[in-house]
Amino acid sequence: MIISIASGKGGTGKTTIAVNLALSIDNVQFLDCDVEEPNAHIFLKPRINRQEKAFILVPEIDNSKCVYCGKCAKVCVYNAIAVLPGQEGKKGTALVFAHLCHGCGACSALCPKKAIKEVNREIGVVESGNCGKIEFVHGKLNIGEAMSPPLIRQVKEHIDPKKTVIIDAPPGTSCPVVVSVKGSDFCVLVTEPTPFGLNDLILAAEVLKKLAISFGVVINRSDLGNDKTEKYCKQENIPILMRIPFKKEIAMAYSKGEPIVKAFPEYKKYFLELFNTIRNGKI
Amino acid sequence: MKQIVIISGKGGTGKTVITGAFAALAKNKVMADCDVDAADLHLLLQPKIKERHDFRSGLSASIDKKICQQCGKCIAACRFNAISDSFVIDCVSCEGCGFCSHICPVQAIKMNENLAGEWFISETRFGPMVHAKLGIAEENSGKLVSLVRKQAKELAEKGNYDWIIIDGAPGIGCPVIASLSGIDCAIVVTEPTLSGLHDALRVIEVTKHFNVPSRLVINKYDLNPDMSKKIEEHCAKNKISLIGKVRFDKAVVEAMVEGKTIMEYKDTLVKDEIRKIWGKLQV
Repeated sequence: MIISIASGKGGTGKTTIAVNLALSIDNVQFLDCDVEEPNAHIFLKPRINRQEKAFILVPEIDNSKCVYCGKCAKVCVYNAIAVLPGQEGKKGTALVFAHLCHGCGACSALCPKKAIKEVNREIGVVESGNCGKIEFVHGKLNIGEAMSPPLIRQVKEHIDPKKTVIIDAPPGTSCPVVVSVKGSDFCVLVTEPTPFGLNDLILAAEVLKKLAISFGVVINRSDLGNDKTEKYCKQENIPILMRIPFKKEIAMAYSKGEPIVKAFPEYKKYFLELFNTIRNGKI
Repeated sequence: MKQIVIISGKGGTGKTVITGAFAALAKNKVMADCDVDAADLHLLLQPKIKERHDFRSGLSASIDKKICQQCGKCIAACRFNAISDSFVIDCVSCEGCGFCSHICPVQAIKMNENLAGEWFISETRFGPMVHAKLGIAEENSGKLVSLVRKQAKELAEKGNYDWIIIDGAPGIGCPVIASLSGIDCAIVVTEPTLSGLHDALRVIEVTKHFNVPSRLVINKYDLNPDMSKKIEEHCAKNKISLIGKVRFDKAVVEAMVEGKTIMEYKDTLVKDEIRKIWGKLQV
């Protein structure tokens, strides 16, 4: 089964829940899909034994075949190609703005002169390895790169359906989150009981409803803030799967990159319980 | 007129708390919330909406069942797996490239403009504010960020304002990149954790990539004084400008619960520390 961990608001404890859940159960594959700011490796310290560069396909125009008809520029909705027609015997110009390209392939397929081929543009790297028995995969987006979804898709190509797959998703509610959680059997939304946490939890819950993924909530630092998050969940019939009170010792372990279940093994049973609740669908 | 943006890499380090405090401290400014997919600044500033506009952006395909011959060309062409075997478009996966509509032999596929969100011009007790709400699971957050910034800039130029203060998004992808163009200074808020440092360093690389000067703030520095010291040493060694440190105080959450910026809340050293940072930004 595939369990994704998401949140809306950042910094609520997605990676903490994902990592500790993975460390508390057997036969696990861990995917860090927060490719802009991957952090799980800091806690799991995996041995990386494979690195693959991640690419998207972008057009390359063969000037010897191009007749500057402008068809490619017309079909490209992302404005990634500009074509200036030739004038008075002078050759035209066709320009590709590769960073705007989504790699849809329309230009090359529709070019009447077959003058466009697709070439790889590197956007990041996918690294895989293991930490103990946990299989580990994460993506790292290159600095200055705007588009993370193609890289997230490549991380997810590694999914092993025979394992329990834990996906650490990025914060927010837009395309990177959607691509990360899509196809999950269950999603855990991690929040904190503050106005910011609740505001973003409501948005994240809307996303999951739209994607028809069942979900529950973990309230982290549950003794800070107010009781409005609890009330919201009750009113919306959203199961609260776990509450973790704020403890300086937990914050300290986190700051040093130490998982809770390593620093405080007694927590393992709570994460195991969390997993069993999700697996048995008692929610 | 100067534009500053508050970013962090990692979520939940305190961007919006710092931005809210700057809103209270700065004179003669326009506020902009560019964390468009999980906006929270409105919870502190309680804007009264004066103008409300649709954000129309991007396209989605739709298949006319009466015309469709189910030849399957569109399914084979789509790189985003957005067309099901029963010829239904999954709007969440569709990136609006239009490839399918061009290659459909019977013109059964139409492209429709998306209503991808809303943006607002508002008045707050601290002055004007431009903000937005990206539609649930929508894309093009970068474009919406650019739109919010354009409106804020027009407002600032028209009203002769001295500052535009922008609350940014977590991560390093498109909304963050869109929030950096033409910025005078990026304030990077981090926390004394390995994840916080790791992510701050990545986003500082992004600011360098786009030639934007950056200043680092260590928030909640006393949660792990050793780690804070390490971050300070790292800054000194790598010529990263550390502009201040802010302590952890539950008053920050209490102020948030009351819908106030920390500067309007009870006395705490946090206020002095942020005031000092704001002072340094004046030079």
